[in-house]
Amino acid sequence: MYEFAVILLSTILVNNYVLAKFLGICPFLGVSGKVETAIGMSFAVMFVMTLASTASWLVQQYILIPLDILYLQTIFFILIIAVLVQFIEMMIHKTSPVLYQGLGIFLPLITTNCAVLGVALLNIQHDHGLFTSAFYGLGAAIGFGLVLILFAGLRERLDGAPTPKAFKGSPLTLITAGMMSLAFMGFSGLVKF
Amino acid sequence: MLKSLRSLFQPKVTGIYPEKHKLTATAAIAEAPLSSHYILPLKQHIGEICTPLVRVGDRVLKGQKIAKSQGYLSAAIHAPTSGIITKIGEHAITHPSGLSMESIFIEADGNDQWDTTLATLQDWKQLEPSILRERVRLSGIAGLGGAVFPTFIKLLQDKNHPIESVILNGAECEPYLTNDHRLMVEHSEEIVLGLQMILHMVKANTAIIAIEDNKPDAIACFQRIITAQELHHIEVKSLPSSYPQGSEKQLIEFLTKKQVPAGKLPLHIGLICQNVGTTKAIHDAILWGKPLIERVVTVSGDAMPNPGNMRVRLGTPIDQLLAWHGLENMDGCHLIHGGPMMGERLGHAHAPVVKATNAVLAFLPQTMMAAHKEESPCIRCGDCSQVCPASLTPNLLADLCRQDQFEKVADYHLFDCIECGCCSYVCPSHIPLVHYFRYGKGQLATIKREKAFADESRQRSSAKEARIQREKEAKEAAAAKRKQARAATAPVTPPTQPTEGQS
Amino acid sequence: MQNLFTAMLSFSLFALISGILLAIATRFFKVEGDPIVEKIDALLPQTQCGQCGFPGCKPYATAVAEERAEVNHCIPGGERTMLAIADLMGVEPKEIEEGPTAPMVAFIREDECIGCTLCIKSCPVDAIVGAPKQYHTIIAKDCTGCTLCLEPCPVDCIDMLIKPELLEHWAWPLPGSNRAELGHERKEQHHA
Repeated sequence: MYEFAVILLSTILVNNYVLAKFLGICPFLGVSGKVETAIGMSFAVMFVMTLASTASWLVQQYILIPLDILYLQTIFFILIIAVLVQFIEMMIHKTSPVLYQGLGIFLPLITTNCAVLGVALLNIQHDHGLFTSAFYGLGAAIGFGLVLILFAGLRERLDGAPTPKAFKGSPLTLITAGMMSLAFMGFSGLVKF
Repeated sequence: MLKSLRSLFQPKVTGIYPEKHKLTATAAIAEAPLSSHYILPLKQHIGEICTPLVRVGDRVLKGQKIAKSQGYLSAAIHAPTSGIITKIGEHAITHPSGLSMESIFIEADGNDQWDTTLATLQDWKQLEPSILRERVRLSGIAGLGGAVFPTFIKLLQDKNHPIESVILNGAECEPYLTNDHRLMVEHSEEIVLGLQMILHMVKANTAIIAIEDNKPDAIACFQRIITAQELHHIEVKSLPSSYPQGSEKQLIEFLTKKQVPAGKLPLHIGLICQNVGTTKAIHDAILWGKPLIERVVTVSGDAMPNPGNMRVRLGTPIDQLLAWHGLENMDGCHLIHGGPMMGERLGHAHAPVVKATNAVLAFLPQTMMAAHKEESPCIRCGDCSQVCPASLTPNLLADLCRQDQFEKVADYHLFDCIECGCCSYVCPSHIPLVHYFRYGKGQLATIKREKAFADESRQRSSAKEARIQREKEAKEAAAAKRKQARAATAPVTPPTQPTEGQS
Repeated sequence: MQNLFTAMLSFSLFALISGILLAIATRFFKVEGDPIVEKIDALLPQTQCGQCGFPGCKPYATAVAEERAEVNHCIPGGERTMLAIADLMGVEPKEIEEGPTAPMVAFIREDECIGCTLCIKSCPVDAIVGAPKQYHTIIAKDCTGCTLCLEPCPVDCIDMLIKPELLEHWAWPLPGSNRAELGHERKEQHHA
């Protein structure tokens, strides 16, 4: 139990995938314009990451190792992620067309979200068990979602603020992201994992 | 410790305490002399515009109805004096846009002869509330506090929302304004009688007369009457003299600790609020059969030579009113219609006094310059949120309005803003926050209207398409039928000629 | 060598199974129709003017939804409509070539009208009334200012007038904007 708590704390705050490991920056900057879409994206990523880390662990243990084809690890993992993303895309299209429109191109791009692949690969590297893997994926996704929603909130406020023309748009977004990253550095040293 | 804990649960201190500048608090209400002409805009209330009942050249009597209300939400207009209708046409009005409105022009004949068709209702206590309400409606009474909402609608009884209590609003919180104050001091008996009429009309049991503590003379007047007449169901309450104490929802919250929900009216929590001026007008209409043709106006400001309160007939040109107070040359001074907080700049001094005119203020240019400084960026001090009586976040709202992000302003409750001006008053950066909210509200209304027009156009266009399609199909069907008929009759065609031949 | 075959076989098999699973899911999550066209159509001003190069608002909405047209072709809608469509489609906003124009309304000089009914046929929103050999007139309230009636009129008796500013449609201008200054100018004019 204690271990799982530490995993969650570590992945959400200390080793946050976006702000500490700098993975998954693409959707982080792409879908953080509105809090509403950011929430949708967070749940989509949560679903994909948790399932992808579980599935990739299973594939690693029961296909790649027995058949001794570890060199196909990346391509197998990408395939799993792609299938999951396709699945969730269809699901969102069916259940919430508004969210589907809001996420736009970034939904299929979860496939190439390096955070998802990163979690799957790191699970293997850290020799996690099945449940640990799932939790590690879930924690990473919660961390991603938390940061994405916070960032979207900041951006919404900044949208209204009268900012100098040179800072409008991407420059301000990147500066804000950098400042958030600095803020999250405060969590390092909280847990060693 | 306990005290600090308790302070957490006490209502938030909102509103501001501006300098009151009540220059005319002791100036008795003067009677206005007769003006040579009067101009009556056809809409002086919130709601639909009236239609004139008179034609050019007609002679009208004082108090005669000259324009009838059209639709439900409307208030009729009456002639302020006897005279001849000289013109019905566009004239400048006290609107911030500077646009003009269809108005009726009356040339006074000097006789000031009353129209006596409206009977006095001396026995109002025995009469049905609906009869009294009809009288209020016919008299063209609208809220004289400034909102000019047709009064008879407020007095309707709603079975689902019985009125428990009536609040008489004597809180005149705007600086400079003293018209309600003087009315309360000089006509307290009529106002108490008017209040009893309202109680009778809405079948309420209790009433509160709410007056700010900077008007002790008015409080004393009412207290004396209530003790003398043993009116135990009416209570006089003293309020702190903050601004905007006179705003309906804020007043109710202070008095009853109950909040009027957003988008709802006081009647939904069993209350109605009436202004003292309106109450006096109700009294006059019922007891004396006098429609609303005059109101008390405060004429003040630091550029005004002889400030004072005056009972002015509606339709009096404002430049005439100013001249009576010694201000003949208006060059350089700034005129404001209404109070300094919520009033609007008066574009043309020849616009007439209307039902909403509670004050006309004239300020020296240097006073205006001192009040209107250049806008600088927001420093996020939060003072505006502190003072907002509606508990909004004005700085964020203004940002959204400035950036035209209208889809988000509903989340920040723009429409709960009462435009009291507290936020603009305290802003250290001199941001005209209320102006941004007015812009936002206007744009939202425009978007809504354009959307409605687009929807209607879409319907019309699809209806036309459908009709063309239908006609085409009908034509094709008819053609097909003809063809079929021709095909069916083809073998029999030869007999047509013989039949003709036979005939 | 055997290892290579195992790799190819296992990967292909895995991909096949995934594909089949996805195919089943597609059936399960089938989406009916394309509501996006309706949504774009709802954003358009419905002038049916054809200035976008499509014969009306709905065809343009369909074209945008199918990504056959850019989002910036609706001239009467102006920047606000363009931004709304760009936001809905999730594409970058594009500048509109032509500046915003004042809202117009068509007006028939009735003494010149010959009653040919051609303008009635061309009006997309049925805002013209009249009968053959009778004067026609435009219902100003319903006119969208699309100018489609100008072309067919054989005697050129239709004018486009600027819509008069109505008191009840007046809205406060943005503080410090050009329109705010304009308002003051109008006041001065009135005064003179």
